[in-house]
Amino acid sequence: MTDSKYFTTTKKGEIFELKAELNSDKKEKKKEAVKKVIASMTVGKDVSALFPDVVNCMQTDNLELKKLVYLYLMNYAKSQPDMAIMAVNTFVKDCEDPNPLIRALAVRTMGCIRVDKITEYLCEPLRKCLKDEDPYVRKTAAVCVAKLHDINAQLVEDQGFLDTLKDLISDSNPMVVANAVAALSEIAESHPSSNLLDLNPQSINKLLTALNECTEWGQIFILDCLANYMPKDDREAQSICERVTPRLSHANSAVVLSAVKVLMKFMEMLSKDLDYYGTLLKKLAPPLVTLLSAEPELQYVALRNINLIVQKRPEILKHEMKVFFVKYNDPIYVKLEKLDIMIRLASQANIAQVLAELKEYATEVDVDFVRKAVRAIGRCAIKVEQSAERCVSTLLDLIQTKVNYVVQEAIVVIKDIFRKYPNKYESVIATLCENLDSLDEPEARAAMIWIVGEYAERIDNADELLESFLEGFHDESTQVQLQLLTAIVKLFLKKPTETQELVQQVLSLATQDSDNPDLRDRGYIYWRLLSTDPVAAKEVVLAEKPLISEETDLIEPTLLDELICYIGTLASVYHKPPSAFVEGSRGVVHKSLPPRTGSSESAESPDAAPSGGQAAEQPAVIPTQGDLLGDLLNLDLGPPVGGPPIATSSVQMGAVDLLGGGLDSLLRSDVGGSPAMGSGSGFAPAPSTAMPANLGAPLSSGLGDLFDLTSGVGTLSGSYVAPKTVWLPAMKAKGLEISGTFSRQVGSISMDLVLTNKALQVMSDFAIQFNRNSFGLAPAAPLQVHAPLAPNQSVEISLPLNTVGSVMKMDPLNNLQVAVKNNIDVFYFSTLYPLHILFVEDGKMERQMFLATWKDIPNENEAQFQIKDCSLNADAVSSKLQGSNIFTIAKRNVEGQDMLYQSLKLTNGIWVLAELRIQPSNPSFTPVPVPFPTFLAASFLWVGMSCVALTHLSVYLRTCCLPALAGLPAVAGFGVVPEMPSTGGVPVHLPSLRNHPEELRCCCSPSSSSSPFPPKEAGAGPVCMSPFLPAKEPAPGNVPPAPGPWKPVLPSLVGLG
Amino acid sequence: MIHSLFLINASGDIFLEKHWKSVVSRSVCDYFFEAQERASEAENVPPVIPTPHHYLLSVYRHKIFFVAVIQSEVPPLFVIEFLHRVVDTFQDYFGVCSEVMIKDNVVVVYEVLEEMLDNGFPLATESNILKELIKPPTILRTVVNTITGSTNVGDQLPTGQLSVVPWRRTGVKYTNNEAYFDVIEEIDAIIDKSGSTITAEIQGVIDACVKLTGMPDLTLSFMNPRLLDDVSFHPCVRFKRWESERILSFIPPDGNFRLLSYHVSAQNLVAIPVYIKHNISFRDSSSLGRFEITVGPKQTMGKTVEGVMVSSQMPKGVLNMTLTPSQGTHVFDPVTKLLSWDVGKINPQKLPSLKGSVSLQAGTSKPDENPTINLQFKIQQLAISGLKVNRLDMYGEKYKPFKGIKYMTKAGKFQVRT
Repeated sequence: MTDSKYFTTTKKGEIFELKAELNSDKKEKKKEAVKKVIASMTVGKDVSALFPDVVNCMQTDNLELKKLVYLYLMNYAKSQPDMAIMAVNTFVKDCEDPNPLIRALAVRTMGCIRVDKITEYLCEPLRKCLKDEDPYVRKTAAVCVAKLHDINAQLVEDQGFLDTLKDLISDSNPMVVANAVAALSEIAESHPSSNLLDLNPQSINKLLTALNECTEWGQIFILDCLANYMPKDDREAQSICERVTPRLSHANSAVVLSAVKVLMKFMEMLSKDLDYYGTLLKKLAPPLVTLLSAEPELQYVALRNINLIVQKRPEILKHEMKVFFVKYNDPIYVKLEKLDIMIRLASQANIAQVLAELKEYATEVDVDFVRKAVRAIGRCAIKVEQSAERCVSTLLDLIQTKVNYVVQEAIVVIKDIFRKYPNKYESVIATLCENLDSLDEPEARAAMIWIVGEYAERIDNADELLESFLEGFHDESTQVQLQLLTAIVKLFLKKPTETQELVQQVLSLATQDSDNPDLRDRGYIYWRLLSTDPVAAKEVVLAEKPLISEETDLIEPTLLDELICYIGTLASVYHKPPSAFVEGSRGVVHKSLPPRTGSSESAESPDAAPSGGQAAEQPAVIPTQGDLLGDLLNLDLGPPVGGPPIATSSVQMGAVDLLGGGLDSLLRSDVGGSPAMGSGSGFAPAPSTAMPANLGAPLSSGLGDLFDLTSGVGTLSGSYVAPKTVWLPAMKAKGLEISGTFSRQVGSISMDLVLTNKALQVMSDFAIQFNRNSFGLAPAAPLQVHAPLAPNQSVEISLPLNTVGSVMKMDPLNNLQVAVKNNIDVFYFSTLYPLHILFVEDGKMERQMFLATWKDIPNENEAQFQIKDCSLNADAVSSKLQGSNIFTIAKRNVEGQDMLYQSLKLTNGIWVLAELRIQPSNPSFTPVPVPFPTFLAASFLWVGMSCVALTHLSVYLRTCCLPALAGLPAVAGFGVVPEMPSTGGVPVHLPSLRNHPEELRCCCSPSSSSSPFPPKEAGAGPVCMSPFLPAKEPAPGNVPPAPGPWKPVLPSLVGLG
Repeated sequence: MIHSLFLINASGDIFLEKHWKSVVSRSVCDYFFEAQERASEAENVPPVIPTPHHYLLSVYRHKIFFVAVIQSEVPPLFVIEFLHRVVDTFQDYFGVCSEVMIKDNVVVVYEVLEEMLDNGFPLATESNILKELIKPPTILRTVVNTITGSTNVGDQLPTGQLSVVPWRRTGVKYTNNEAYFDVIEEIDAIIDKSGSTITAEIQGVIDACVKLTGMPDLTLSFMNPRLLDDVSFHPCVRFKRWESERILSFIPPDGNFRLLSYHVSAQNLVAIPVYIKHNISFRDSSSLGRFEITVGPKQTMGKTVEGVMVSSQMPKGVLNMTLTPSQGTHVFDPVTKLLSWDVGKINPQKLPSLKGSVSLQAGTSKPDENPTINLQFKIQQLAISGLKVNRLDMYGEKYKPFKGIKYMTKAGKFQVRT
């Protein structure tokens, strides 16, 4: 009597019959009926109509019947949510059962009933089971948390189950630990940001202990979890490796591969000089080889992973070539993978064996495999130079077989061999030409045509051969057409006399009769080249070709490193990062290999600690504080300058000595990368475009006249340019690395870029675009990269910028979001530009106006800070600043201190006024209290000032520009970065400033609409300007095309001017 | 984790489905069928198939596809290993794993699958534990159950489930205490035309059948443990002792289990116990070809080679073969072009041979490829690697067990190119 009888009752009233049986009084009959129901369910029949009847059978002490009912429930509860509630009571009761098996069964089944209404009833029983005395129940409950999380994540978090789960990692029973890890990993997968599996040395130790004792499946979960840990140094890495190594001898291949992953990853941290490193390498080979004797499906996954491992560390398997030899009854997917690895392992030492094998494979039946084998021979020739001759003769032998597809593949690879070893094997061309007629695949035809064109001078009847192809020109694929066009042009250049007609024919075919733009364009280019300058044409068409690389199909190193972290996963099977294909990978965290402790090449001390994986993980787009200081310091000073502490100033406002500044040396100031910009400060990007043009012109000339004398003194040699930093790391952009900086020279802003191709393919078709930004920065010209960028090449480009783009307030203010496109993809990154590139050349304010404005600047607009350790005198400072378009309006000496009064103007017409006090008394200490918006403060990090300066800067903002800002959110306002590096300078203390009788003040001219700067904070560091209220009427008609000189329009000021 | 499982037979019918999470529509298998169609043979269906929302991982055994559906990033080896474990369990439960058998025992199958996975996490995969939870069907038990109304589902928590030795249940009792170990070695080899070895390696296993009362603690030592440098152990083996003393120390599971598997790599010289002399030629001009093979013993260490089977896939152009064997029987299937020759024992005095002619399709050129010959054989009482068990000791129990050890060498994937 077998279960097949359950299938035999498929007749009309089946459901009805079952219903009757289910409601029978006899236990045995009931059970049989439920079995029938289950049997129908397994074959996909809908038996959901029986739901109430089956659930009625649930209250039973017969365990088998209970299990069967549970099976049914799991399948159908979702479709009958209201009925499913009926089952809740039984679950709750079963969770109290004295038999742990029943408790576990209940908690297990509950979690499988995916009905929202039920889940809330589950919480209490689940909480109890998580603390059950029986480990079997606990481990089942751990999994139930993951189930529940899948149904209702919020509920699980609210009920604190996640914490309970985390506690289970420290459970005494290894099985419970393993399940807790598995459940947490699954939950973490849907919340990549959460640090659910927050691993520390203690928890790692617990996991490693549990690893030895739990089941094989638990070991997989634990090993995968360990692989995400970042050991703090190489010693810890080594000790983990030592404890993981025994797993390599496990019979379960998944355990082995997970262990390999951990070892491959942590090995990165070990110094190559270490004895242990060598031992580990040796230990890795045998288990990998053993994987290849498993079932073919396992072999396939193993081979895909070995492919990665061989690329990363070829030394592990270099002696194991033979295990990759193909058996003729291997499944095709295994054969192709083995072949791939054979080529990767091919070296001078084993090439003879490999070639003999490949030749053998080339006579097999399977067409795909044979093709790949033939190609492999060509790849060997290219990879191992010594074998090239043998490979060519093997290929010739294969061509002699006249098997059509073998010949075609052989010709394709011989083309590559010609590329790699020019002028060496041309004697075989005759043999190739014999097979011209049998070629019917585009790739083979194109390869043959290329060969004929390339060696036209040696082939007597090259013109005839090519002419024969030309007859069916229109039926050829594009690949062949292009190749034919080029080949005939080459032929013409080599034998101009005989082939004039031919070349004209092909040019007219390509340009007039074809509607393929690529073909037409190429045709026209050749045509014009030939008609204008045949010599140039020769140089272009017959130019020396770059060498082809030895290895093909190599995975890009950055991707490879990431994939090594994913050994044993689907990602490793597809050789793509999980983010590229896994559905629902809600923001997969990029994994990266830990940094090596002792560098592999330079073999540093093995004791040096790795600098923390995190740093390497996210190559900083924004330079860190340290970098900034480094940048600033690359000038003439030794000791680092602390950030600008905001300090109180009590500067006296006496008679302002009007002195033109500007001497010889250039003060470099760096604003750009300062993280200090990261505050929530808003700034009014008031584009000067809103200014009436007629006002601008006369004023600019006026200003110019006034300060002619000073500009003669100061030689403006351009502003400071920060060294280039990496903006877009290659890892994030499929191999394209972009580094760059900003500069301002003679009134024009430019973005200096270095594009580096770290991928294996050529990049071309570059384009760049900016997102809207605070100052309307936009490229003034398209990104010009003239030649395609070959692998490992860099190109430097200077991209001119203007400030007429759309304006949008960014946070931080000087943030610039950039999109770069190439033939591969579009990449996005953001960078911070130094503000000083926006300081315009006519930022010199009239003296009287300066005076008047200065007084009117309200307190709230002041900011001040100090600069220490500068050793420049007032004149040097002044001239340096002038280099960055910060102009000295006046200079005076008060009680032995030099005071400089300065102005600058931004491209959008905002003025900034500053007072700089230089204290010569203490050359090592330079307090510079500057009432100054902080984002600008950074631009006054005057490294290189040897004087002791005390600066008082005031801000004057033009409100007449405001109309243009209508619609901008929170357009104005200066904020101070919360964490200014403190170097012990005087802290900002504005009240004291205010108490001073003759303080200098920032002022802002009153706006017509409202008070622009309501006081916000006066006590501590941050000095904020509140958002401007946009004025009502933008004046589009008055917008001048480019930033022009600004004219103060406020009556009071005009009077002063 | 593993979402669902579909069992598909050779004709492409889904005859069983099991879901451990929400129900996945069986239409997902259409992607599998597509892949199956592309692959010429069932063996060539790729084991990992991506679909827009799921991944299908499959194994093909006993003419059944076991297709697991997963939705998120799960180690594929974990899934494939698990699927193989499912097949092994079925085989263990029902003797054979076939569609008929599975359909006949569908409820047990369902119960077992439910025990093996919980929400996609493996729960109990040790057959010892499973059998305690769900008793395998036997005719006797079916009869007893029908009469008494008892069930074949155990209602006690399997004792091994959580102990330090999860693979062994407590309270084992036998009247005859015996422990048998089979050292079985398979030679995988590729021999080229001229008879020289291209690659040869040995895959060895030690399978055990231990029926011992109580909690015996066994140690097994080898004469030449150095041979074993690449080994995979059953979880019961204490790895530390192996590392330090090269001794297998373990508390065995009850019944049949694989104690260890090992691999003697291509680095070591592997003795090849048989050779094949072949002369297969197709001529361009005539539609006839010659076929002649002779099998002979090589390095057999004085043992008899038996169970010899020769099979070869002939090229498509072969119409028929007229052959005479000196011993054994031979079959040529003109449809699949498969030639097989059941040789039997090799008598070194009179070497078995198969001679005759091949008729080829007229008018076509001679076949490009030469057939590869597949060889199977067995040698009793010999471990070709030279591995020898030294002694087996038992601690922890008082009685004296009966101990037995058997050696056998077999051909694995043994191929001769012609």
